[in-house]
Amino acid sequence: MHDILNYPFFQRALLGALIIGFTNGCFSAYVVLRRSALVAGSLSHALLPGIAAGILVAGALTAWSAFLGALIAALLVVLGSLAVAKSSRLDQGTALAVIFTIAFAVGLILLKYVPVQVKLEDYLFGDILNISSSDLWVTFGISVVTLTLTTALQRPILLTLFEPSVAAAQGVPVRALNYLIMTLLVLVMVSSLQAVGCILALGLVVAPGATVFLLTNSTRAMFWGGGVLGAAGAAGGMVLAHIGDFRPGATITVLLGAAFLLAFFFGPRSGFFRRKA
Amino acid sequence: MSAPPDNSPLADGGHCYHCAHHHELQISGLTVRYQSVVALENVGLATSCGNTVALIGPNGAGKSTLLKAIAGLVPRAAGSILWRGARVSQWHREFAYLPQREEVDWSFPVTVRGLVEMGRYSQLGWWRRWRPVDGEKVDAALKVMRLEDLEHRQISELSGGQQQRAFIARALAQEAHVLLLDEPFNGLDRPARENLSALLRELAVQGRLVIASHHDLATVPALFDEVLILNRAPVAYGRVAEVFTPARLSQAFGDHEPEAEEAASMPSIVSTASIPPIPVKPHRRAGAV
Repeated sequence: MHDILNYPFFQRALLGALIIGFTNGCFSAYVVLRRSALVAGSLSHALLPGIAAGILVAGALTAWSAFLGALIAALLVVLGSLAVAKSSRLDQGTALAVIFTIAFAVGLILLKYVPVQVKLEDYLFGDILNISSSDLWVTFGISVVTLTLTTALQRPILLTLFEPSVAAAQGVPVRALNYLIMTLLVLVMVSSLQAVGCILALGLVVAPGATVFLLTNSTRAMFWGGGVLGAAGAAGGMVLAHIGDFRPGATITVLLGAAFLLAFFFGPRSGFFRRKA
Repeated sequence: MSAPPDNSPLADGGHCYHCAHHHELQISGLTVRYQSVVALENVGLATSCGNTVALIGPNGAGKSTLLKAIAGLVPRAAGSILWRGARVSQWHREFAYLPQREEVDWSFPVTVRGLVEMGRYSQLGWWRRWRPVDGEKVDAALKVMRLEDLEHRQISELSGGQQQRAFIARALAQEAHVLLLDEPFNGLDRPARENLSALLRELAVQGRLVIASHHDLATVPALFDEVLILNRAPVAYGRVAEVFTPARLSQAFGDHEPEAEEAASMPSIVSTASIPPIPVKPHRRAGAV
């Protein structure tokens, strides 16, 4: 165990996991409060065709082509669904389901032309141990942007989440904030691609917030608590994965799932954690 | 009309010094449309601080819409609102809208104190630092509403009456003069209703203007000074003693029934006809006339 911590690649991976876990964990509070878990779920599917398209355009599978491809595809899907929902009688869930399945299908067709199917698996399930310095910088950048914006805009976001109509009346640009939150959601999910892959990315951006939601009555605690839980899950998962020789992405997700189940069974309703906390 | 002192209104147990019986609210020609549907047409009223005003009328009459329009939550198609002589064209800090129970996300992770703190956001804006005076206003509002012991409870862990008081406390923390309450008595048991009645009365005595939509006609005379009977358009408005008459009520409630068929495409009206709102009295009373 001590040996592995001395290896630069593992240190990088651990640092990456911590940043991703913390940022996604914090942000998951808003995902849960906004009831956007399903949106995030659709997003995770939209990332795949994005990566495939990125490879086709860039000619190779690089971190940047994957990032940009996934980002653009996810933004198209999410912002597209928001726009459709706002300008028609469809709700966002329906619009999203239609658009993301189309995107996914297009991605499957594109896969035929993608020469590097083996490495694509890394993007499905994550490959944090191979995180490069440039990946780490991208991750760090996304983290800084996300945490800065979400903490700076805490009050208007809170008002918007709790009472959209009152917030709008008070001059909060509710629609713009919604677009911003969706954009940040895409960003944090793309950043977690490397760690857990697009399928499991959903867990990182929902589970910590959902878990802390069961335990607290404060949005602030939910935000930072989600971050701490996400970071702990990510780092703990890395170590466990190393010890047991499991896939890191899956181990991280399972750990977060275990935390959720603990909160669910022993949370406030049964009074256990409440008395302790 | 004295300028509002900075260290105002709750310092002395909730008295609104700068508001007593001076400030007038004048609404005229207020019209609200939802797309092509006219929800509210040509509504007017003129009242002042220190009064309690009931909005009554059948379901779908536009009571909530009127409250929201005054609060600036829904756009107005026409009409004007004058508050203290100045035109109000959008949300105004001195107006607090208290939503109907059903519209509140009670599972939201916010404590009573957190909710009341939101009342200060309108003064603090997005970034301004929380000041000691903000905390004092919150403390005072909690105290006036007798919620000090419950301040750390999550909002769903309160009784219905306490929940109403928590939202009123938020309005007080906001330093609102005009409280716009949407069916505040809904879902309250009798003691809580009586408690809230006394509270609303007290708020008015202290110089606030209380406007509430209300469907329990039997309690209108005891609770309110003025009444606005609505049925999309105003039916009658004035002091309760003058306006709250069987004839006017039947105009709003009773005469409505023939239209129910025409309006079959509007679920709220159909449901009024088939499932009467809790007090059936208005219909009976109307029928007896």
